[in-house]
Amino acid sequence: MAFEKYDFTPITQSIHQALIENVSPLLTTIIEWTIIGVLYLLFIAVFGLFLVYAERKVCAAFQQRLGPMRVGPWGLLQTIADFIKLLMKELITPKSVDKFLYNLAPFIVIIVPFLTISVIPFAPGLQSLDFDIGIFFVTAVSSVGVIGVLLAGWASNNKYSLIGGMRSGAQIVSYELSVGMSLITMVILAGTMQVSEIVELQRGGWFLFKGHIPALIAFTVFVIAGTAETNRGPFDLAEAESELTAGFHTEYSGIKFAFFFLAEYINLFIVAAMATIVFLGGWMPFHFGDWAAFNNVMDFIPGLVWFFLKVFGIIFLIMWFKWTFPRLRIDQILTLEWKYLLPINLFNILLMATMVLLGWHW
Amino acid sequence: MKSFFNYIAEIFSGVWTLLTGMKVTAKYFFTPWKNVTQQYPENRDTLVMYDRFRGEVIMPHNDNNEHKCTGCGLCENACPNGSIEIISKSIVNEEGKKKRIIDQHIYHLGMCTFCNLCVRACPSDAIVMGQKFEHAHWDRSSFTKVLNLPGSKIMEGIKE
Repeated sequence: MAFEKYDFTPITQSIHQALIENVSPLLTTIIEWTIIGVLYLLFIAVFGLFLVYAERKVCAAFQQRLGPMRVGPWGLLQTIADFIKLLMKELITPKSVDKFLYNLAPFIVIIVPFLTISVIPFAPGLQSLDFDIGIFFVTAVSSVGVIGVLLAGWASNNKYSLIGGMRSGAQIVSYELSVGMSLITMVILAGTMQVSEIVELQRGGWFLFKGHIPALIAFTVFVIAGTAETNRGPFDLAEAESELTAGFHTEYSGIKFAFFFLAEYINLFIVAAMATIVFLGGWMPFHFGDWAAFNNVMDFIPGLVWFFLKVFGIIFLIMWFKWTFPRLRIDQILTLEWKYLLPINLFNILLMATMVLLGWHW
Repeated sequence: MKSFFNYIAEIFSGVWTLLTGMKVTAKYFFTPWKNVTQQYPENRDTLVMYDRFRGEVIMPHNDNNEHKCTGCGLCENACPNGSIEIISKSIVNEEGKKKRIIDQHIYHLGMCTFCNLCVRACPSDAIVMGQKFEHAHWDRSSFTKVLNLPGSKIMEGIKE
């Protein structure tokens, strides 16, 4: 296959070889961990800043505006300037907050994207952790974030923060179900939870097309529930500017606020990446039946490019939701989850199981 | 059973309304040349303000340095915050009759709220709202303007 030449395994292998020949195995492990940690740190910082810029530009275009235009060409340096400003700001700790929990909360929130990003395969051979329960790991770890949000809301000793935190708790706990169940639907189709294997299984065609109707329903549910899980878009009533100032992060300033902000955008990336991996074939190129020429052309585009193209497609969709739909009330959010998404999801699992049993998928 | 069909129909109508909304925003997104934002200092030379924009009160004069102001003082009365002062003077015209004409139409730009009431009060349309908006200045005294140009006269045929 043509796209095997974009495999990253030789590069990572050669780095590993070079290290193991020169230093002790323990030091090799430590150095490799450090390299991976620094790479993820860099990626999260740069990609987070880029997503903030993209969000402002996309939002502006949806509202017939231009967005940031002054700092750098087309405002490209705007978010970097904002970030420097945030770094230099004073870290205010209000008088009667619970100091320990107040300072702990942003770190819990930012840990989640660091953990979940580790199982995402960016390109062939570019994945740091390949559990055989990868999907399960992602759903399990991503629910840790709600603890940070609840802690931030509670420890701030402020009624707006508390309301925001409680809303967010109710919302994330509910929508976790839908995210998990729509992923389970696809796990039934794939027959494995290992992320690399799920991607490999989509070599012949993406699961969205292989699983047709139930996969399409699961995809829709996943995107809706994923948007809710990241506290974004029409489900942003945890921070609801017009009612709660900023919800759970009202009392935070400087870099601690930046942590919440960055975590939100990286979670957006994670949701988009999960949708890409499970439904749209990860880094697999788009193939159409037996058009050999078309498929060959598609194969020449590297896996990394395919992955980010798909991720940006999903991110754009989620941003589109955010800047189109009005915010839901808390009762509407819970109604949507418990009366609509959950029954649809349960029915969908049954449908998918029947289909896999009868072999009605491609 | 009926409620079940209602439930299904509700889902589809809900999705349909959401898609309608997304169609509207998509139209905005994919027609960026229709954006309303203007890059102000850059487009200063080509900037055209809207007809209804109220920048300042001006008194148009024609080529012979003639205006339409009779000095009646209605604009001064109409102004809610005293931005306009009319100083009139008496002259004797050719027929030997005493006549009151405008001496100075003083306009305090710094106090003006651009409410347009003076323009609507004027019986002879002598004052209008201009389009200039770059009024920032170092010195407050430059905000006090005399609207009738020095040596100007009232136009022929303006009814007192």
